Amino acid sequence: MSTDTVAAHRAAHSGHTGDTPVLEVTDLTVTFPGTNGNPDVHAVRGVGYSVSRGEVLGIVGESGSGKSVSSMAAMGLLPDHARITGSVRLHGEELLGLDDRAMARKRGRVISMVFQDPLSGLTPVYTVGDQLAEAVLVHDARTPKAQARARAVELLDLVGIPNPASRYRSFPHEFSGGMRQRVMIAMAMANHPDVIICDEPTTALDVTIQAQILDLLRTARRETGAAIVMITHDLGVVAGFVDRVLVMYAGRAVETGGVDQIYHGSRMPYTMGLLGAVPRVDAERRGALVPVRGNPPSPSDLPTGCTFAPRCPIAEPECERSEPALLAVGSQPSRDDVRDSRPGAPPEDDTGGAGAHRSACLRSGEIARNRWTALDIYPVPEIPEPAASAAPRADRPEMLRVTGLVKHHPLTKGTVFKRRVGTVYAVDGIDFDIREGETLALVGESGCGKSSTLMEIMGLHEPQRGRVEVMGRDTAGLSRSDRFRLRRDMQIVFQDPMSSLDPRMTVFEIISEPLRTHGTPRAETTARVYELLRLVGLDTEHATRFPAEFSGGQRQRIGIARALALEPRLLVLDEPVSALDVSIQAGVVNLLEELQARLGLSYLFVAHDLSVVRHVADRVAVMYLGRIVEIGDTEFVYTRPSHPYTQALLSAIPIPDPEKERARTHIVLDADPPSPADPPSGCGFRTRCQKFGTLSEPEQEQCVSDEPLVTPVNRGDQAVACHFPERQAGV
Amino acid sequence: MGKFLARRMLNYVVLVFIATSFAYVLAATHLDPRAYFEQMQPPPSPEAVNDQLDSLNLNDETPIAERYATWMSGVLTGDFGRNIQGGDVASQMWMKAGVTLRLITVATLLGSAVGIAVGAYAAVRQYRGFDKAATAASFVVLSIPTVVIAIVVQVIASSVNDGLGTQLLRYSGEYSAGFDGTWWELLLNRLHHAMLPTFVLAVALFAAFARYQRNMMLDVLGADFVRTAMAKGLTRRQALFKHALRTALIPTITYFTFTFGALVAGATFTEKIYGWHGMGAWLIDSIFRHDVHVVAAVSWFMAITIMAASFLSDLLYAWLDPRVRV
Repeated sequence: MSTDTVAAHRAAHSGHTGDTPVLEVTDLTVTFPGTNGNPDVHAVRGVGYSVSRGEVLGIVGESGSGKSVSSMAAMGLLPDHARITGSVRLHGEELLGLDDRAMARKRGRVISMVFQDPLSGLTPVYTVGDQLAEAVLVHDARTPKAQARARAVELLDLVGIPNPASRYRSFPHEFSGGMRQRVMIAMAMANHPDVIICDEPTTALDVTIQAQILDLLRTARRETGAAIVMITHDLGVVAGFVDRVLVMYAGRAVETGGVDQIYHGSRMPYTMGLLGAVPRVDAERRGALVPVRGNPPSPSDLPTGCTFAPRCPIAEPECERSEPALLAVGSQPSRDDVRDSRPGAPPEDDTGGAGAHRSACLRSGEIARNRWTALDIYPVPEIPEPAASAAPRADRPEMLRVTGLVKHHPLTKGTVFKRRVGTVYAVDGIDFDIREGETLALVGESGCGKSSTLMEIMGLHEPQRGRVEVMGRDTAGLSRSDRFRLRRDMQIVFQDPMSSLDPRMTVFEIISEPLRTHGTPRAETTARVYELLRLVGLDTEHATRFPAEFSGGQRQRIGIARALALEPRLLVLDEPVSALDVSIQAGVVNLLEELQARLGLSYLFVAHDLSVVRHVADRVAVMYLGRIVEIGDTEFVYTRPSHPYTQALLSAIPIPDPEKERARTHIVLDADPPSPADPPSGCGFRTRCQKFGTLSEPEQEQCVSDEPLVTPVNRGDQAVACHFPERQAGV
Repeated sequence: MGKFLARRMLNYVVLVFIATSFAYVLAATHLDPRAYFEQMQPPPSPEAVNDQLDSLNLNDETPIAERYATWMSGVLTGDFGRNIQGGDVASQMWMKAGVTLRLITVATLLGSAVGIAVGAYAAVRQYRGFDKAATAASFVVLSIPTVVIAIVVQVIASSVNDGLGTQLLRYSGEYSAGFDGTWWELLLNRLHHAMLPTFVLAVALFAAFARYQRNMMLDVLGADFVRTAMAKGLTRRQALFKHALRTALIPTITYFTFTFGALVAGATFTEKIYGWHGMGAWLIDSIFRHDVHVVAAVSWFMAITIMAASFLSDLLYAWLDPRVRV
């Protein structure tokens, strides 16, 4: 680094006071030129925002809204062929147009970034400590190596890595996802930057780890006093964390304002739809979610008017004339002015007053005057009450009963002479049953054994230990043909709609395949496929197309149609909505509820998202380290969780309500879950248990030596595996 | 790790033993040293031929098992028998091995270094001019057999020499016969002769390495860790060099060791065409001379080099990639 840049940097540092923005983005556009005759991709179209010191700005939007691209442009991390216009000023200095060398001097020192996927974010061949020290050294090569190393250890300690000095020499693959994200945050903090951009920093992590990381980001903000730009699709994460929110849709900012203004008085139908579409962990089941119909437009083929107009329930002809500008609520031009204006005129945003509530909707004034909420403008589908729920649970027939199910994987070593060196206790003795017309949700963090349980049940073979009974038939004694016939009654919907459909089969072939396999006559097949397509909300003309032509939500509907083809009575849903955007997710959740009511289906619903589970499930089973720690009626479990782990899980979920979220205190669990190959003795949860520390010594002794059994508590449909369960008010 | 390597080593010893035994049995049963002696002018008497064959342990009237036992007991003490003219095979083998190793060490180092550099840079400039040119050049070289390249280069060299009227490019022999001078003049003379065959071998290797490295590099170019490195403050060039290339080199380096091992036998054509008396050329010549012991010895040497290469690549992989270390 030359001396004049040091001086310039110092001047820039001292030049700003409390309210001058640290980072100011104005009218930023990013276009990826189309190659081979494809149209250009307009990823970002005129976005502006600014953040001041110590302030947190949340940028919210669904996939493809341009939120990540705009921040990558600010960091100078986009590929060379991207066309970037507008202005990005850091301490008043223009960043766009700087060459890579000049930009590299800013990156990681004045402005730094935390990325989404910590698993692939660190170079696999260097130790984490060296990579951290590099962040220090690259900006000041004169720092002695030992000093950089000491700083790296200090940073590791700061972000909560235990034994930082010895962990310095660890390689990334020796760290868990949460620990790697801590290292990424340490890297971003290394040079006391003035701006930290966090691009979905917790999306790939489990909820208890997410709570740890959000805590850590609060620490980072306090330690560095940096301005933080928090990019996310999760409206819960930003609610309690940010000061201001910017909502993006199809490459443009469509609404911005203070966090309370946006959450409690949104004046843009898209934001209202997003907020309405989120299932709430803190609210009891209250009918259908608010789905936003349709799909976001493709960034290479945008409509002329308001980009949200095709999906908007209150769109008017004027909305399609030209794109509305981002203006203060109520100061939008009148409809007559819009009709007189040139069609397709570029919008002129109102840039003054960073904190003001602005919205890019012609009818924002109207929405404000009438105090409309999502429920007023979005049609909410009616979901019929399921007939089965009339009968008491105990009288309804059993669809699935699992008793003492065990799945252990041997851990072997050696290539030529394999020998067993341990056991992974993937599923370690679980019991539950599902009655007709009911939904049981299996929840837990990754690695807790949810998917292994599913695979054991779907296999329809004799388990290693325990029993699986499907519709009253023990799977242990099934013959080949019995097993084949039983499969008709139990079907599965997979998590990832992108990879679970054969890309070379048409939708018709995909849906009719189970029918053909089970020998349905050809004539009936066609009629049945069309019926199924209509049932899941697709058109019959879709039958001839290939999966690649559909959006994620539509593909998941195809997957559901395939699962329903054989009229099963039990549907196994493996994270069916976790890969979908919120506005799409609501539609699929509604569909599942509607199908259950109309067809009397039972669901085994596997999910890690406890908000969705509260919305769809009748009963819930919480899993930890291959065991069920708490099971019972959803209402009971959510309102008075008895197991410390359930309490921690529920507490860790951020609520999309800024006021409530700020008032909550989260239970933040320590460290990562133990490996299922080496579970602790006694109670599996005791190593992370927040209650363990408050117990007396003989009580602790009991946790360490005795394994708690699932026993009923609270005189209702609720059972818990804890020696010291607790009655407690929920969230 | 040590135990793992020891077990690997034992595996290799067994494999080398089996490969060498097969090579000996195959050569001893299919080559016909008797014919070699009977063709001599003037034709020796049958008794003389038998005596000669017996003394060399090549007599086809002795049972193959007995001949094999005699030969193998020699090999275990480092004696690879005598060649058909009565010379010591072991000492000749080390000399020939020296010639071949001199030729291929420089060629593989040069070819792979240039290939890696070109391939990595082509990946960075994917679909641009440099990438297209590098791809075209690689495919042209890959689609021409080495023997054709060797001859074409020789033809070009001879016409260049004719055009200039001096011996600018040497294309025959390892050194000028009868040349005498100080040690550095001798060294220069050898280098002068080594230029063209090294070039021919390096060109073919360059093409393979360029393609391989380009693919490896493309895999990591878009990797998140490269972006992380840039976000720390590295320039694109630094991030690509320090993080992307370092990671993409791992598979290439193990590929390199294998190429080196395979080239001991693979340089045959180049050696023959440029008049270098290396391992490959020796093998071909001895097959024509029905020289059983040389064929078996060359096979043993090749087995050793291949095994050594794969052992080395195991070691290198563990050293370069912390993820496979346990």
